[in-house]
Amino acid sequence: MKFIKFLLVGFVFGIVLTKSEAVSWYRIYEMFHFQSFHMFGIISVAIATGIIGIQLIKRNNIKAIDGSTIIIKDKEKGSARYIIGGIFFGLGWGLVGSCPGPIFILIGAGVFPVILVLIGALIGTILYGVLKDKLPH
Amino acid sequence: MNVFFQTWPWYISGFLIGMIMLCLIYFGKHFGMSSNLESLCSMSGLGKKVAYFNFDWKTNKWNLMVVVGAILGGFVAAHFMYDPTNVSINPKTIDQLSLLGIEAANGKLAPDALFGNQIYKSPKSILILIIGGVLIGFGTRYAGGCTSGHAISGLSNLQLPSLKAVIGFFIGGLLMAHFILPLIF
Repeated sequence: MKFIKFLLVGFVFGIVLTKSEAVSWYRIYEMFHFQSFHMFGIISVAIATGIIGIQLIKRNNIKAIDGSTIIIKDKEKGSARYIIGGIFFGLGWGLVGSCPGPIFILIGAGVFPVILVLIGALIGTILYGVLKDKLPH
Repeated sequence: MNVFFQTWPWYISGFLIGMIMLCLIYFGKHFGMSSNLESLCSMSGLGKKVAYFNFDWKTNKWNLMVVVGAILGGFVAAHFMYDPTNVSINPKTIDQLSLLGIEAANGKLAPDALFGNQIYKSPKSILILIIGGVLIGFGTRYAGGCTSGHAISGLSNLQLPSLKAVIGFFIGGLLMAHFILPLIF
């Protein structure tokens, strides 16, 4: 039962991303060509909402649902992994127009060839797992 | 009610995505979709061969539930909340794409040129999707996050590494959209 709330959050996430067309290949292409404000608007408002919410949580010491202290981990310091890894991801994002969330959502939406993208993503994940120690971070 | 079935405006969608992230934080978790790829690898027993996947994926079960929910949400939105009359892709974008042989959206989420059923007959098309996936999987794990983990969660928490990652996302995306995509199609 404790997983129901996560299922629900995911459900809303799937609907929002589909109805906002953030899962659309066209929207991503349009974004990378700066031909629409839509995606930039979505991302900016999501971040603005997040910044305000996180500040409220931190300043008011709001506890998690189970009463525990909310800990938001800082990202590890570094540059190489973020820039290089980011570029790899960006190339894939620009090509197939979906990031990891939308890959799953599009399968639900019935765009089944995305399963090939998912298979590729799993291969890519394994590749990273194997090569991790040889890569600059 | 029409509004509900048409494309949702960016300010409502963005706000809801922000709230989804805050919800997960309130539940004592975090918003990050690409780590599920790791969990799936670990689930399949890869941990025995590759140390990186040697972790208890069951601690990430909650995130896999988010994935299951997202798939269901995608299904419901695409099948029961769908109004094809409201598509406002920039006409310039549509013209540009037609030059590449990619048809207009007309309410679709993905072009048939890349995601239609005929692609199964073309090794090139299959390869494009798999290579795209490999870049996504490899890149997000290397960078330690994707749009949800870095762009939304990381930037919301004012993390400099996430800003670097997002700059990387855009360098890659711009290179692909402007220089590589026209070579492929």
